[in-house]
Amino acid sequence: MSSGTLYDKVWDLHRVADLPGGSTQLFIGLHLIHEVTSPQAFAALEDKGLAVRCPQRTVATVDHIVPTTSQARPFADPLAEEMLSTLERNCSNHGITLHGLGSGRQGIVHVIAPELGLTQPGMTVACGDSHTSTHGAFGAIAFGIGTSQVRDVLASQSLAMNKLKVRRIWVENKLSPGVFAKDLILHVIRSLGVKAGVGHAYEFAGPAIEALSMEERMTLCNMAIEGGARCGYVNPDQTTFDYLHGRAEAPTAEAWDRALTWWRSLASGADARFDDEVRFGAATIAPTVTWGITPGQGIGVDETVPTPEQLDPADRPIAEEAYRYMDLAPGQAIAGVPVDVCFIGSCTNGRLSDLQAAAAVAKGRHVASGIRAFVVPGSEQVARAAEAEGLDAVFREAGFEWREPGCSMCLAMNPDRLEGRQISASSSNRNFKGRQGSASGRTLLMSPAMVAAAAITGQVRDVRQLNWMTSDD
Amino acid sequence: MTETTPFPQGRIPMVRGRALVLRGDDIDTDRIIPARFLKCVSFEALGAQAFADDRQELAGRHPFDQSVHAGASILVVNDNFGCGSSREHAPQALMRWGIRALVGVSFAEIFYGNCLALGIPCATAASQQISLLQDAVAADPSENWLLDLNGLTFSGGSVSEPIQVASGALDMLRSGQWDATGQLVARDDELTRTMDNLPYLRGF
Repeated sequence: MSSGTLYDKVWDLHRVADLPGGSTQLFIGLHLIHEVTSPQAFAALEDKGLAVRCPQRTVATVDHIVPTTSQARPFADPLAEEMLSTLERNCSNHGITLHGLGSGRQGIVHVIAPELGLTQPGMTVACGDSHTSTHGAFGAIAFGIGTSQVRDVLASQSLAMNKLKVRRIWVENKLSPGVFAKDLILHVIRSLGVKAGVGHAYEFAGPAIEALSMEERMTLCNMAIEGGARCGYVNPDQTTFDYLHGRAEAPTAEAWDRALTWWRSLASGADARFDDEVRFGAATIAPTVTWGITPGQGIGVDETVPTPEQLDPADRPIAEEAYRYMDLAPGQAIAGVPVDVCFIGSCTNGRLSDLQAAAAVAKGRHVASGIRAFVVPGSEQVARAAEAEGLDAVFREAGFEWREPGCSMCLAMNPDRLEGRQISASSSNRNFKGRQGSASGRTLLMSPAMVAAAAITGQVRDVRQLNWMTSDD
Repeated sequence: MTETTPFPQGRIPMVRGRALVLRGDDIDTDRIIPARFLKCVSFEALGAQAFADDRQELAGRHPFDQSVHAGASILVVNDNFGCGSSREHAPQALMRWGIRALVGVSFAEIFYGNCLALGIPCATAASQQISLLQDAVAADPSENWLLDLNGLTFSGGSVSEPIQVASGALDMLRSGQWDATGQLVARDDELTRTMDNLPYLRGF
């Protein structure tokens, strides 16, 4: 059993009571809601005649269903309009802050909470969205919940939870140029598998993790869930504090100094005990691309699609299903696979540094003939910051569409979707069958820079071969 | 789609009914209920949409489309069932199709919790036992099966295998306290004490 880890410390501090049956009532410090998983929770709350316990600890935005072309109301899709107007009504009735379209603060829930300074070290964060693990980048314990649990948090600002085991994922040395946090997490999931994390929190630590920016740490923790871990986190350090300083909801003046003292005390100590540990080296990781239908089916861009003989027998049935669905052959090189659509965005990779990395590849080049490429900033703040440094112009001149913020084609609940058997190069997080809106559509997950390289060349291509230099060189 | 039995209520010492098999590891919640069906403010219509894309692809050969399985209430699956998105729409769709219990090698965590919140047990057994159970269930779709949460067995005909359910979940199901809201709301004094002790709620 773990002890002395950040997870243990935050858990103990938020523990309200032991419940009959052995689970723990855990206080939730920050509850984030959006239009897709909250309407039934509010309805259930009203059915039970309950009020929202701490409306000031819940913050709402709209992201999943918003169109990224015209965001004029009412939306063309009446179902999308109904979902947003339901959210607006629920927030208004219960006194919950909603960062709506055009507020300057709207965006993907896992992009806006960090950029507003709402997400802070030592908090528990819950949201009806599995990628809530993102917020662990700040040394918060953050996890996705279902709609019944959204109801519970609204009613009681707490949840019935069971404590997780803690696995330390220690990463040595440093990622090489052209290799990003996305490649690192795809490599971890490829190595450990998509179910290895079930029942665990992943603590990401080691020199390679300490060298990551906050936005890179968010990418990393975002996809902990794709490895089965409901939450992933990084211990807070100077990088965390520098990011938070001056953010709208961050503490100020003397409170900031007191916060720093507390935040510094949260990191897993030298005497921390973990349930287990796995070690990786960052320097040898290549840009990583998924070839299959689970995020664990990833390979280096210089590798070939694995043959059944190269796989563990237990992984062969889903590999066989993936060969058929993806129309990729065992032994085939992933580099050179033609793509149809290129999507840059999502809660995984829709932040400013993601757009900068993609723009560095796109600059002075042009999207290949026949390719549809589009960029969806993660939030209104990201969009405005990108526009201020001219990234929108770089993308437009290169033949990319520049869109309004939202979840977009990560899960295609808005009009952005694949058609038929189209195959996408996507900076999102899931390559499940049908994920991007077509029942037979196909997804290759990769970093934003790699998506840009695919857009320019019309095929999967090692971004490091595009005579492109990172700022580190 | 059938809704012959009411949704789970109160104590759940057992689930009895016909069973059906859905083979495959890592069946994600996007497959259980594709995202386009999440555009709704109520769960009511989801039963007919369970596995919509898989069913379309299999053109009538999906277990959920076979008339011999109409009215079945126990779903026997493999490893890491329900991975991916946290959407409660997935267990809601299964429940509204008629599922009242699942038996499998393992379940993704959020899916498991979402099922528990609806009073739907997710029982586990080792991979070889699940294979054996799946073969037995598939051999006679008309057989009645019993998931016994007291004896911790899953039995039908001449087959009976031990199953596991995590102790907390087991207690909540058997005692009828799987709907956690009441318990959480009841401990408001303790909640206030916890809040009083949190640095970020009192200016650090």
